[in-house]
Amino acid sequence: MSRANDIRYRAIVAGVSMGGVEALRVMFGGLPGDFPLPLLVVHHTGVDPGSELASILDARSAIRVKEADDEEVIRPGTAYLAPANYHLLVEKSGALALSVDPPVNFARPSVDVLFESAATAFGSRLIGVILTGAGSDGSRGLKAVQDKGGVAIVQDPADAEADSMPRGALAVVTADHVLPLKNICGLLCSLAASGAGKTDERR
Amino acid sequence: MNAVDIEDVEIRLLLEAIFRVYGYDFRQYAAASLRRRLTQWLQKSGLRSFSEAQARVLRDREVFSELLEGITVNVSEMFRDPHFFKALREEVVPHLKTFPFIKIWAAGCSAGEEVYSLAVLLCEEGLAGHYRIYATDINERILRQAEEGIYPLEKMQQFTQSYQRTGGKRDFADYYTARYDRAILARDLRNGIVFASHNLAVDAGLGEMQLVLCRNLLIYFTPALKERALSLFDGSLRSGGFLCLGTKETLSGRCIAGAYSEIAPGTRIYRKKYV
Repeated sequence: MSRANDIRYRAIVAGVSMGGVEALRVMFGGLPGDFPLPLLVVHHTGVDPGSELASILDARSAIRVKEADDEEVIRPGTAYLAPANYHLLVEKSGALALSVDPPVNFARPSVDVLFESAATAFGSRLIGVILTGAGSDGSRGLKAVQDKGGVAIVQDPADAEADSMPRGALAVVTADHVLPLKNICGLLCSLAASGAGKTDERR
Repeated sequence: MNAVDIEDVEIRLLLEAIFRVYGYDFRQYAAASLRRRLTQWLQKSGLRSFSEAQARVLRDREVFSELLEGITVNVSEMFRDPHFFKALREEVVPHLKTFPFIKIWAAGCSAGEEVYSLAVLLCEEGLAGHYRIYATDINERILRQAEEGIYPLEKMQQFTQSYQRTGGKRDFADYYTARYDRAILARDLRNGIVFASHNLAVDAGLGEMQLVLCRNLLIYFTPALKERALSLFDGSLRSGGFLCLGTKETLSGRCIAGAYSEIAPGTRIYRKKYV
């Protein structure tokens, strides 16, 4: 078994839907350029090839923000947005993968697909974040993250523009942290800096 | 050892066993998506683990067929990415028209949505009777379905919208007959299409094509299998022929990249250079 101190987080996964552009602006904007982890993000609308969203967020953030490409290896200080009409997954090697499998929870990209693949790939070395959004996509995924020993973070529903995604997640997961959007970057920074994963591996 | 590692081992063993018994090689499929599909199949099958599944899959061909179905069916739609079909119509078809007869390979055609989209486009451009489309897939059951050309009627609204965005000139309803909750594509569209089983992981290429379509299949392959498939396509294409990939698939970094140029950035339509 790994000792707790050996565990370093490999990545953060985040899911967001309605209200997502503003939420991502705040979250990315609060992270320093040398943020030590990659962020993999599903925003339900997805990013059209050549769409403005990735570049707008990139211009307003110290971290790099880009549309995810097939086989791209994830790097620290970079946020990867799922492309429109594709699911985003990640391999154990840290390479991104895309699929055109049918929508999950009426969504493609789907938060559950990303979170479940990341939980398989990174186990307890993963942080999952559910932000504002309508629908229930992401609940199963966040549970998968927590079941593998990763950290589960949910935006406080009272603080979310659309509260059903955070509420849905809280209905199936006892989140490690429930907090307003503006405090999430601070938490991510301290988790990333602490470097150590949780000591209790839940099943 | 935790549960995750065991499942990973089980899947590798299962894939190896399938290859040895049935000759289907999924060992070079990208792990994350394959695992997702396998897990979904396992849940539906009622079997408790991949180890348990292995015993059944190896001895019962019917169980294997169901697994094959679960991991190889790609759901597509007609005129997916209308901008692609528009570019095909405007940039590629004029070149195709210079040939007396056109040979096209649609690799990984699944239930045939893209093949029939292509047939619609070619017929509208006056090429009916002047082309043959070799539509191939690894899954023989889905090929039989493709041959029938029957789709859920509820999808026709979306297909019609996409068709119009490709620069379609007719009433899309001319291309199908509604019967109950099904839409049956016009028989004429099936002329010139040959459906055949083909496995990009083990089979050889086809010859002298002017156009190869393989969209959103390579994303399911490991880099090594992507290279294999692309070299088959390259070997099957004449100089000046066209290779069409999915919106998020690219030749950049691939062995054959130097022999091709993209007709316009982002179209993912590559033309083989004359040497």
